[in-house]
Amino acid sequence: MDLNLDAPHSMGTTIVGVTYNGGVVLGADSRTSTGMYVANRASDKITQLTDNVYVCRSGSAADSQVVSDYVRYFLHQHTIQLGQPATVKVSANLIRMLAYNNKNMLQTGLIVGGWDKYEGGKIYGIPLGGTVVEQPFAIGGSGSSYLYGFFDQAWKENMTKEEAEQLVVKAVSLAIARDGASGGVVRTVIINSEGVTRNFYPGDKLQLWHEELEPQNSLLDILNAAGPEPMAM
Amino acid sequence: MTFTIPIDNGDSVKTAEADSQRTLYPYVTGTSIVAIKYKDGVLMASDMGGSYGSTLRYKNIERMKAIGKHSLLGASGEISDFQEILRYLDELVLNDNMWDDGNSLGPKEVHNYLTRVMYNRRNKFNPLWNTLVLGGVKNGESYLGMVSMIGVSFEDNHVATGFGNHLARPILRDEWHADLSFEDGVKLLEKCMRVLLYRDRSAINKLQIAKITEEGVTVSQPYSLKTFWEFKAFNNPTAGAEGSW
Repeated sequence: MDLNLDAPHSMGTTIVGVTYNGGVVLGADSRTSTGMYVANRASDKITQLTDNVYVCRSGSAADSQVVSDYVRYFLHQHTIQLGQPATVKVSANLIRMLAYNNKNMLQTGLIVGGWDKYEGGKIYGIPLGGTVVEQPFAIGGSGSSYLYGFFDQAWKENMTKEEAEQLVVKAVSLAIARDGASGGVVRTVIINSEGVTRNFYPGDKLQLWHEELEPQNSLLDILNAAGPEPMAM
Repeated sequence: MTFTIPIDNGDSVKTAEADSQRTLYPYVTGTSIVAIKYKDGVLMASDMGGSYGSTLRYKNIERMKAIGKHSLLGASGEISDFQEILRYLDELVLNDNMWDDGNSLGPKEVHNYLTRVMYNRRNKFNPLWNTLVLGGVKNGESYLGMVSMIGVSFEDNHVATGFGNHLARPILRDEWHADLSFEDGVKLLEKCMRVLLYRDRSAINKLQIAKITEEGVTVSQPYSLKTFWEFKAFNNPTAGAEGSW
């Protein structure tokens, strides 16, 4: 089994974006892999485009970074010319423009989410090829395969901010459990009329799933706690 | 450099040449469109699915859109290319309105424009990966035509794309006749869509039917069709022959 340290950096990834009654919650895992090696176990895949619009990145790390860098640059100029914050729709369309016109060369799936005064909280999914789909919630990255069924069952309209964030954290955590290309911590970004809140959920703050055990410092702790007659080894 | 003509078999093209000037394969795709002429104009049906390979990833994609006052465009194939075509048509309609001369683009003109676009892209080995259905009514005349990704273009009384070619057209050949009422037209389209739902893996049970008449375009709300599974033969098909299917 080869490590292949020359493989392009890819964010296997699980990314999620969810609208709620008042804004959006974006979520992602934090694993960046180079072949089988985890190049970065604490990446931040939720990238700022403007004060009120963020993007979740998946696929090729390089492609997604350069696309979001260009769009941040365009949006910065657009905001100056417009004289007010850019809308989520415009941000999504700029991403679409780059993704569609370079579809032969790019390998990145993105979820654009934000809040503006015209439409409130909005989520736009932009998969490979450059299609734009406005959705009440979006999932992407390799880990998303494990979440289609989960969201079909668990998604509801008009959730509160707390419910939406819990849903996002649960979803990313479930995907991490089954997708080898996703892992690390769960990061969330909440965007609404009041502003932006970043949150961080390391593994030990998350619920345990099937066949997962409570983390311990050492076997010795288990043996010592087991009672006055530890088993003979 | 080896050249391979892209063929619309729904899957990837056979070449692996890293030529950045051509579309190699579609990513998010829509399945069949079925359309018929009827008494008052044209009826068109499509489901609302956007497949990502074998995953039924998007379930709320509108694959039929009104163009100007007189036309309706339905598309199967790559959705991003369809979205780009809509942008081209937006510009076309805008320029048409700017003339402010009382005239407006009819379905025949839009169909012709699309044929030129699709054929020219095909000649550059960089097709828009769609099969388009263009229906409309202008000055009392109904129009229904189709353009494929390789630029093949024609008009007919009933058309279908993708799987619809194989499953819906035989039904239409048998049961279509001139001057169908709205109700009969809808029932005929629903018959075709139900067969597609049974037999097309990329079909989903959420569809829209669009109507275009002299008055204009209306696209129905999304709805689902009932399906039938109560054939006795479906109940215990391997009873006499265990292991068969």
